[in-house]
Amino acid sequence: MNYLIEILGPLLEGTAVTLQVFLLTLLLSVPFGLGLALLRVSHFRLASGLVNGYIWLMRGTPLMLQMLFIYFALPFVPLIGVRLPDFPAAIVAFVLNYAAYFAEIFRAGIQSIERGQYEAARVLGLSYGQTMRRIVLPQVVKRILPPMSNETITLVKDTSLIYVLAMNDLLRAARGIVQRDFTTMPFVVAAAFYLLMTLLLTWGFSYLEKRHAVYDE
Amino acid sequence: MRFTTNDLPGEVPMVVARDIRKRFGAIEVLKGVSLAIGKGDVVAVIGPSGSGKSTFLRCLNHLEAVHAGEVVIEGETLVSTDAAGVCRYAPEAELRRICRKMGMVFQQFNLFPHLTVLQNIIEAPITVKGLSRAAIIPVAEELLRKVGLLDKRDSYPARLSGGQKQRVAIARALAMEPDIMLFDEPTSALDPELTGEVLRSMRQLADERMTMLVVTHEMAFAREVSTRVVFMDEGEIVEARPPGEMFTSPEHPRTRAFLEHML
Repeated sequence: MNYLIEILGPLLEGTAVTLQVFLLTLLLSVPFGLGLALLRVSHFRLASGLVNGYIWLMRGTPLMLQMLFIYFALPFVPLIGVRLPDFPAAIVAFVLNYAAYFAEIFRAGIQSIERGQYEAARVLGLSYGQTMRRIVLPQVVKRILPPMSNETITLVKDTSLIYVLAMNDLLRAARGIVQRDFTTMPFVVAAAFYLLMTLLLTWGFSYLEKRHAVYDE
Repeated sequence: MRFTTNDLPGEVPMVVARDIRKRFGAIEVLKGVSLAIGKGDVVAVIGPSGSGKSTFLRCLNHLEAVHAGEVVIEGETLVSTDAAGVCRYAPEAELRRICRKMGMVFQQFNLFPHLTVLQNIIEAPITVKGLSRAAIIPVAEELLRKVGLLDKRDSYPARLSGGQKQRVAIARALAMEPDIMLFDEPTSALDPELTGEVLRSMRQLADERMTMLVVTHEMAFAREVSTRVVFMDEGEIVEARPPGEMFTSPEHPRTRAFLEHML
């Protein structure tokens, strides 16, 4: 029991890092992904094509590779050569990557709205922007909650990838103690922490789903 | 092509369509349709499915883009075609302003499922016209009373029957104070016992001298309510006459064959 309390300190510190990466990524990649999705479904061929290529690149290469590239290789890229410290580098990689996945979820949601909704909005005089904001996106939110819940839970666990930049997230903190004390107990505790975070997210999303269930389609 | 444009001396027609042509791929669905609608006219468009009547309606408010022809709404040109055959629409903002003179009711209702009945009705007046909620809610409630659905004010569309949905859709269109109402087979998606309530609301509108263009399979409605019946077949207007003449002595064999089949 005393041992448990002893290792709790470093594990909680690791959890704080994990949560920071998680929350910042979510906060930034959702609006970025929405922007990508709107460009993707727009009639601007060029923008739509570029977004397509971007999504292919981000989904087609491992997140870990992207993180390593931004941290180690970006400083040597001509023109945009910037050297980012580890935490910002990780956030940039996560946001770029997750925005691509979110964009695809949003796109699927937007395209699932019937054409009649656009036509009804149009004959009432709503502009394209007003139709998106007032009619389409509010309905999209309801439809994408289940896949969003899925992707968000994946993000919680993906944060453990930041160990490649030698950052002390929950999993790396646990592994450090395991290697020091020759006991697997920290892994069990770390697993419990991940499960707790996932549980909270699951509750959060089912609350949102219930709130959106006031209307049927 | 039969010329069906009415001469309406001293009055600008509400809708003028001239020689409208529309293709879907290689198929020409409108082969030069012309029609003029005067103020207070109730025009029923009948004809077999695939005759292009819904497409024609949708060309009037730019839900479909025409390939050639001219549409003029209350004297304002929505689209015109020059001598070289180049078809030109009004600029987008202008287009939306002109199209707002026309309300539309769809076969599939197309209510906004995430909004209550009241919210469905006040959405466009607030968002598009910039009216305040306080100003539009009494108007919306009056419209709901008119279509007999004031008690459904706070229901979501999914809780309504088809006939109720369509009456909400009519109220929603009227809330934008259109000068012309377009109906695209408003009762075709309804159970037979629910068509009456929708037709009643439409008849009421006709009694108030609303200018209406109604694509319909309801021959009784066409006969009793319309001021003119237009028979379309294979992308053309075959015959356009007052309902009395159309139903008793149709001129064209195709009209006769269709009416015999329908009545």
